[in-house]
Amino acid sequence: MTITAVFYFLAAFTVASALAVVFTTNVVHSALALMGALLGVASVFVLLGADFVGIVQLLVYVGGILVLTLFAVMLTSRTDVRVSNRAVGRFPAAVLSLGIFAALARAGTQATWAERPLTKLTPSTYGVGNAFLTDYILPFEVASLVLLVALIGAVVVSRKEVRD
Amino acid sequence: MGELSLDHFVVLGALLFSIGLFCVLTRRNAIGILMGIELILNSANVNYVAFARYTDSPYDGQVFSIFVIMLAAAEAAIGLAIVLAIYQGFESIEVEATDRLRG
Repeated sequence: MTITAVFYFLAAFTVASALAVVFTTNVVHSALALMGALLGVASVFVLLGADFVGIVQLLVYVGGILVLTLFAVMLTSRTDVRVSNRAVGRFPAAVLSLGIFAALARAGTQATWAERPLTKLTPSTYGVGNAFLTDYILPFEVASLVLLVALIGAVVVSRKEVRD
Repeated sequence: MGELSLDHFVVLGALLFSIGLFCVLTRRNAIGILMGIELILNSANVNYVAFARYTDSPYDGQVFSIFVIMLAAAEAAIGLAIVLAIYQGFESIEVEATDRLRG
């Protein structure tokens, strides 16, 4: 009973923050609302017993990606920041999004998933680390290569072009 | 976990996905569009972790959600670098203004 109430609170917080990301006209406010949505999702992970994923979400998203986004906002702000996040074509986009939401929600709730009875919650770090270094060792190494390439690529793309 | 079932999380994921899609479709600021993509990736992660909790492979879904977070970090770094490069060429990051490949 109480866990259901906690879920509804977290879900309402997450969805309200996500809606604020979409509907505010100031891009800095959008970024701060995105932080709320990411924190809400991290809390949902913890509620689902994925404590390690929740902490990774905090470190990488809130600590990394959001700060990067704010830096990009500040490096590129030339116009008035209060109207920096314009939106156009809201009506057709709303129709399309609501239609897709209705289809997804209907499909998700009508299907019979192979649900198992819930097991007792245990700390997940041991299991996740084991999975990374046994079954998923190749994707893990490839992902580290992808990150390296992405960082070098980011430096190459964003540097000032020097013409001689 | 009481009355809380997998459906709750699937609907939450669908809702986040729709909001992110709406964001990508309506925003004209390139950084706003990237924020919408982050919302979509998070909705996928909610589903991964929820299915990991409610089915009998407890760690596969969590490992996949960590891969998604990793690739989201790479995507954000590359995406924001492209936004900065566009800004240097066009003095603007409104996607309507960037209609040429050569800045």
